[in-house]
Amino acid sequence: MPIKLPSFRQRRDAYPPDLWTKCQSCEEMLFNRQLDKVRRVCPSCGHHFRLPVAARLELLLDPGTFEEHDVGLESLDPLGFVDQKPYPERLAAAQAATGLRDAAVWGFGRLHGRVVAICVMDFGFMGGSMGSVVGEKVARAAEGALEARVPLIIVSASGGARMQEGTLALMQLAKTIAAIERLRAEGVPFISILTDPTTGGVFASFAALGDVNIAEPNALIGFAGARVTAGTIAAELPPGFQRSEFLFEHGFLDRVVHRAELRGEVAALLGYLVPATFEEPSAEPIAIPAFRPLSFLSALADRVMPEVEPEAPAPNGPPVANGPAADGAATRPDTVGGDGSGRRSARRDGPGERSGLTDRDGAPDGASSTDGAEPMNAAPAAQVQDAEPARVAASPEEGARHG
Amino acid sequence: MVDRLLGRREDGTHREPAARRESADADATLAPRDAVWARVQLARNVKRPHTLELVGLMTDEFIELHGDRLFGDDPAIVGGFARLGERRVVVIGQQKGAETEENIRRNFGMPHPEGYRKAMRLMELAERFRLPVVTFVDVPGAHPGPESEERGIAEAIARSIGLMTRLRTPIVAVITGEGGSGGALAIAVGDVVIALENAVYSVISPEGCASILWRTPDQAATAAVAMRMTAGDQLALGVVDLVVDEPHDGAQADPAEAARRLRSAIVGQLGTLERQPIDSLVEARYRRYRQLGAYTVVSQPAPPAPERPGLGERLRVFLGSGRGALGQLPGRTDEPPAREDV
Repeated sequence: MPIKLPSFRQRRDAYPPDLWTKCQSCEEMLFNRQLDKVRRVCPSCGHHFRLPVAARLELLLDPGTFEEHDVGLESLDPLGFVDQKPYPERLAAAQAATGLRDAAVWGFGRLHGRVVAICVMDFGFMGGSMGSVVGEKVARAAEGALEARVPLIIVSASGGARMQEGTLALMQLAKTIAAIERLRAEGVPFISILTDPTTGGVFASFAALGDVNIAEPNALIGFAGARVTAGTIAAELPPGFQRSEFLFEHGFLDRVVHRAELRGEVAALLGYLVPATFEEPSAEPIAIPAFRPLSFLSALADRVMPEVEPEAPAPNGPPVANGPAADGAATRPDTVGGDGSGRRSARRDGPGERSGLTDRDGAPDGASSTDGAEPMNAAPAAQVQDAEPARVAASPEEGARHG
Repeated sequence: MVDRLLGRREDGTHREPAARRESADADATLAPRDAVWARVQLARNVKRPHTLELVGLMTDEFIELHGDRLFGDDPAIVGGFARLGERRVVVIGQQKGAETEENIRRNFGMPHPEGYRKAMRLMELAERFRLPVVTFVDVPGAHPGPESEERGIAEAIARSIGLMTRLRTPIVAVITGEGGSGGALAIAVGDVVIALENAVYSVISPEGCASILWRTPDQAATAAVAMRMTAGDQLALGVVDLVVDEPHDGAQADPAEAARRLRSAIVGQLGTLERQPIDSLVEARYRRYRQLGAYTVVSQPAPPAPERPGLGERLRVFLGSGRGALGQLPGRTDEPPAREDV
């Protein structure tokens, strides 16, 4: 191949884009491999680059625990929409560019060992816009979380509703919110993570309605775009308007969290947001060094159970509880029956197990709320564990490291 | 495609009575683009009866209630108790002004968060006293200014939609003019959604859509056609359940007759809804919105992820970077292209 020698200035503009990325905020040239290592946060100015779905899942979940659901959902073209390109062509182009079918992915996974339902949006797919498929996936994630009674996490990154699907896209606001409202009524927690950007119909629906709303720093979050505001009411927008910090200041976000701390924060929050049918055992840390003999664990579980039982009358609780607690995490899938009653009893067993593992960690408060809580969610993890038994079994250790 | 839309629209009209067909025939003499745009203009006509006029004409009594108890009273949303014969209801609607001064006072019918919070307050009132809710939707969009954002317009809209999806009383929503995006849906979630014949309903204003997808607001009429925003189209999509014909050339020509037709449609729907047990009503409402959407389930494997270039390719790109400077390489950057929506 002939090599043209470019002038020095031209070459500066033309760093191979798959090797280098220019930070939009501080204009630093960043080596991509380095950037990936630091979760795509600019090391010099802290700018948070947008994350594709896979990187986001890797950031939030225990390795190998994610199991995607409803992979095959694909959008139709209900309006026969053509702007400068037909909608199906835009869809196909976005699919080829991202390897996704649409702008959202949902499934079950584990976060510090705790099973969660998670839905992640990808801005790279048509601006992360919400059409029928995204709305359906969010609704199914909420319904899945409700059925399994595990916390729901939604990571938003979207320009809003997808214009190419017209009012059917608008109706996804009602669809997703209706599903989230059911979670609220049933006491199943929902953590909304808003990333750059979360605007329009996505912010005006589920993203604003988390039991806890978390945003990454300096993310664009707002209802109307600057162009709309300027075009409609000719108003100047103040600097820093519609950024995470602005929303935080005005009371619509609970926390603005740096990406490096996001996973830990979510895990800590989940320690408090336990689905209503899960009984939270006493938070008293019991000072037992790590890795006690199994027999001791079961004895301990026996000791702890009576304290918990008054608030949680578990008909078939204690005897079953000792099994999984004693055998450790790896056997838990076996105790998790397929039917609802099996699940419930396994769940009720939680406190006993949980205390055991918390003790093993030997860490107080913060850690116990994250790692220690893990076994309580063993039941709904069945699907995940079927797929990746070895990895899941290893997850308590993984969690312990983070704790 | 334009032909197809026209075809569809005329298909849509055959289920409607003669008056509708006449106006459709009149439309047919226009280019379809102009016919749709004419409807958008009708929906926005300042002479068109707005919520207070319609409520005044169709109810036997109306007592307006004010304030959200949190911040203030938003004149862009009105609401209160009303009587339709023996039936007592809570009505809520966006209110545009009939002339400039009133329009300024009412923010051209664009509600702030306090407007939606007032609406929620009235809905909760209705739920507690077992009154059905009737909403009148006529809004270009929620107010997009800084103060609206500061007070949480998105949160207010989301909460209002949420409340309506679970409100334990019958809800009839009527799109009377412009159904503009989230600002409309915030009070338009219902067991039954009715639209007046010349009403429009869309996910974004045609001007907004055009300026994003066509890069110029001048293509608004084209965008209006593409979004299929007329009442007939919305009926075909299942977003709207019932279209009520307007008299003559539109509701502005004979507001009293338009209100009379609307009243009989609302009363008819309320009669049906009130006979249902509330649990099944709320469940049916959930199902109504749960099923809206157009997707398919495909079984072939997901599209292959874009491959990371191998070492050879990377070297080639690196060595040939000069070509990139001359614009021959696709300039891939970290950030995707401009967002599709606002």
